[in-house]
Amino acid sequence: MAVTDYLRKRFMPHIWCPGCGHGIIMRALLSAVEKLGLDKNDIVMASGIGCSARMLGYVDAHTMHTLHGRALAFATGVKMARPDLTVVVPMGDGDALAIGGNHFIHAARRNIDMTAIVMNNSTYGMTGGQYSPTTGCGEYGTTAPYGTVVQPFDTVELASAAGASFIARTTTYHAREMARILADAIRHPGFSVVEVLTQCPTYYGRKNAKGDAVEMMEGFRDCAVPVGPLDDSGHATVTIDPEAVDAPIPIGVFRKEVRAEYCDAYRRQVIEPAEAAAAASAAASAAAGGEQ
Amino acid sequence: MSTSRRIEINPDWCKGCNICVAFCPKQVLALDERGKAYVANVDACIWCRECELRCPDFAVTVVVERAS
Repeated sequence: MAVTDYLRKRFMPHIWCPGCGHGIIMRALLSAVEKLGLDKNDIVMASGIGCSARMLGYVDAHTMHTLHGRALAFATGVKMARPDLTVVVPMGDGDALAIGGNHFIHAARRNIDMTAIVMNNSTYGMTGGQYSPTTGCGEYGTTAPYGTVVQPFDTVELASAAGASFIARTTTYHAREMARILADAIRHPGFSVVEVLTQCPTYYGRKNAKGDAVEMMEGFRDCAVPVGPLDDSGHATVTIDPEAVDAPIPIGVFRKEVRAEYCDAYRRQVIEPAEAAAAASAAASAAAGGEQ
Repeated sequence: MSTSRRIEINPDWCKGCNICVAFCPKQVLALDERGKAYVANVDACIWCRECELRCPDFAVTVVVERAS
């Protein structure tokens, strides 16, 4: 199948602005899905609200456009009922880390097998460029005309502290690598977080004089610093020479470790003992009935 | 065995963001007077697919067909 065979072509061209990086992420995701040879009927995608969430309108899989920040909760329900399906949740930075912050950390803590893509454009693009939890300190938004006062979240650090077992960061400039990382994340049996730095030239770029889409992607290219290889425990070493790059962005796979997966652990610890107890109780009552 | 290669651009999906033009290592692509991407110099193409991978609008497709 070609990548475009996974698209609902009747809804194209998509609504994203010219130069928006979200389309590059959608393409990388579909390339990963095609490379893995996944059937459309085996893919479930849930999204919340925002520009990122619009992706589900265009991907020809089982898709649910749900509540703001709550896509992971819906996805958890699907995965618990049908652990055999591949679940992918594209979210924006505000959707994942502000409105859905609690869902995000607890999904990571459970280590439930799904892929969360945090499409980080450092702003709330759909509603007009308000600052988000990933807008850098001192950067501008329509709600921060004097610049933001607080530090942004580091998605990788947050996911790591919350317990996600696969964590990566990439950018829209690194499209080929992004497809490879997304394929790896989908295959990983646990909660996978892939943060993709993406450009919003319309609001974030304009408000912060970052130039057009091309200049923003060149910024990703120039600031990206690859992390080291994974060690035996599945952790990557991040070494950054502060002299070499101004405002460096570490990219690559930060963590990849196999730990107990939630659906699997729940089946072993709850469902199977409960079914065994029910079967034993049924057998006991049948035996008791036979004695009478 | 022969290989036919071409770059297809869908003008209905292209939004003229210039990403494919800017990141082409061989200056194969350009924008026309309507601001849509077109293939300006196919002979220089090295078929690296950087344009296709980075087009946010699925408007660029690099087609490689192998026929025996």
